Amino acid sequence: MVELKMPQKEVILKVIKNQPSKTHTVLSSLLAVSKEFHYVPKNSIRLIAEYTKKTVNDVWGVASYYTNFRFTAPGKATLDVCWGPSCHLMGAQKLLKEVHKLLGINEEGETDDGKVTLRYSTCLGACAHAPVCAIDHKLFGKTSINKIKDRINDI
Amino acid sequence: MDSKTIKNQLQAEWDNLTVDFKTLKDQAQAEWINLTSGNNYWVRVGYGTSGYAAGAKEIFEYLTEKTKTMNNVKVDLVGSLGLSFAEPLVDVTKEDGVRVFYNNVDIDIAKKIFNDHIKKNNIVKEFVFGQICSDGEKALTGFAELDKIEPLVHTKRIATKNCGNISPTDINQYIANGGYEGLFKALIQLTPETILEEVKSSGLRGRGGAAFPTGVKWSFLSGSDSKIKYILCNCEEGDPGAFNDKGILENDPHMLLEGLILSGYATGASNGHVFIREGHEIPIESARKAIKDAYEIGFLGENIMDTGFNFDVEVSLTGDSYVAGEETALMEAIEGKRAMPRFRPPFPAAFGLWGKPSNINNVKTLAYIPSIINNGSSEFKKLGSGNSTGTAIICLSGHIKRPGMYEIEMGMTISELLKNVGGGSSSKNDIKLLQTGGPLGGILGASDFNIKIDFDEMAKAGAILGSGGIIVGDTSTDVVDLVRNLIAFNQFESCGKCFPCRLGNTHMLDILERICMSIPNDKDLDVMASIGNSMKTGSLCGHGQLGYNPISSALKYFKDEFDEAVKVSSQPSPRVSGKMILPTRTRP
Repeated sequence: MVELKMPQKEVILKVIKNQPSKTHTVLSSLLAVSKEFHYVPKNSIRLIAEYTKKTVNDVWGVASYYTNFRFTAPGKATLDVCWGPSCHLMGAQKLLKEVHKLLGINEEGETDDGKVTLRYSTCLGACAHAPVCAIDHKLFGKTSINKIKDRINDI
Repeated sequence: MDSKTIKNQLQAEWDNLTVDFKTLKDQAQAEWINLTSGNNYWVRVGYGTSGYAAGAKEIFEYLTEKTKTMNNVKVDLVGSLGLSFAEPLVDVTKEDGVRVFYNNVDIDIAKKIFNDHIKKNNIVKEFVFGQICSDGEKALTGFAELDKIEPLVHTKRIATKNCGNISPTDINQYIANGGYEGLFKALIQLTPETILEEVKSSGLRGRGGAAFPTGVKWSFLSGSDSKIKYILCNCEEGDPGAFNDKGILENDPHMLLEGLILSGYATGASNGHVFIREGHEIPIESARKAIKDAYEIGFLGENIMDTGFNFDVEVSLTGDSYVAGEETALMEAIEGKRAMPRFRPPFPAAFGLWGKPSNINNVKTLAYIPSIINNGSSEFKKLGSGNSTGTAIICLSGHIKRPGMYEIEMGMTISELLKNVGGGSSSKNDIKLLQTGGPLGGILGASDFNIKIDFDEMAKAGAILGSGGIIVGDTSTDVVDLVRNLIAFNQFESCGKCFPCRLGNTHMLDILERICMSIPNDKDLDVMASIGNSMKTGSLCGHGQLGYNPISSALKYFKDEFDEAVKVSSQPSPRVSGKMILPTRTRP
């Protein structure tokens, strides 16, 4: 097997060994790695399998189930737009269309310049301020396209 | 050792402990009095996910920066009072103990609060929202008393009594307000059996959705003699429209923790897990800090308060998966696997997490326990209606004037809730419907707004009280489009284990997409009913079993709108809302 690049491997090992909670599992390790890198680097799969004494298949099985995991590096910032029912009633679909226009894409994913990754979220937990968006987990509510524009310009 | 020696020893232990807890409490109370009526300014900025989304963090940072050289000012992030519509909410307390509130604070208002109120002791009258004072005689003239007017006057705060008052990161503020006294009392004076009886007699039912009697559920676990037993606290809360679990956890984490420890003691459990979705940083950090502080003081760990009772708690995170909130899927997720439901039996009380006996409770359920133990089950039972005792913690969102989180007595009618608490519709249109109990819950039409908010009446009407999320739609709401959104959610979140749920939701979504794009088929409603029936009988968990609920409940009230929508006509109907923008990611 090809030896992994040292720095990233070191970081991955450090992250999965120093998890904040006591119980370390495949899922908790994946979450820790994903939090560090904002995605799950392919080479972390084998390391997590070794660390948790599971097979590479087991780890892939878990990683592919939870919809928050991605396996390529995201854009510089990730924009979450909620499409749950509260936000839906408060105009999330219209907002999504405007976001598509603003970013020049028509589905989830990265913009051409790699600056923004767009994700549709099922609930960000601040329904009273619908429609809710987040940039890199920083929530903001009563969202208008101008609010998003301002924040994206700041990136 | 004879019984007299044992008794003496117990007495000695008791005296010793009383002193310990008393010292702790006295110290906490002295700190609290100094904060609330000392010579200093205490500035409280309402936070939590809700306050954060409204921009409270910027206000907090601004005020902290401005006052950092002033010794007589303390700025704190406290929990949210639940008044989301007024956020960011800031209040200033001086030695008279009166909290003067400012609502919807932006940087300009914050500047005025700093320059006039904090620096010169001149209240910025034009921006005052109201006041709250414990001593009525001290009330300032000219400002409304918030706890005596709508919406707070209609609330009954038990589980959320501290929310918005104390800093969630300071365990002493919790203790000063009566916290951990129930635990202390229980560990010293009460046997696990007594607590179990007390919870049973309170009539408390699970607030997560199933409304199963909590005491009965606990007795399943206490009956097992396994050395390792788990109490799992479910804060997954993927329900759009519900934010009360995360609300309690981020606003008053010790209330939950005390309830969790008490449930551990009552059932003889050894370990607790607080289960939250990764990405909800504020409740996660809040839970971690609370657990750390509880360990340091000795409310967690080995030999808690010298009573020989051991209990460990940790935070367990999950990835994005709605089904992970189902009790057996939750255990799979803690074990680090795909969050798919297990077959039952064996039930969790016999074979749960890691194969050990386990009990799963919702955050809200556990947050009631300290007050039930502290004030007695009879106090709790006084509130409520019929078989639903106590209060309901309701989250209002959508087309409502005062969205937020409110704890109300069970038995209030829907229309009272909407009018007195919610303030009515946020637009000039009337309220047409409610979506309750999460995406697997139901739709309630205006003709049934006279029903009471309790588990049984809501269920009878076809809407579920569930976790307490209520999304309000005014007359501009297209009910077919809303139902499509709910089914799209359920389709996206199906774990895929049972094919009736996996395929059924996909088919129902396809049909609803067609209807919304004005290419219906006159058999559409029958086909969906048949699919719904298969899902109900052929799915392991509620996700499939209840998956047809949004459609069946909507049909009950708005059959004519569906009939209109599925009418095959050569003329394109006005309903062309187009294809919904949805994620295309799937679970392989």
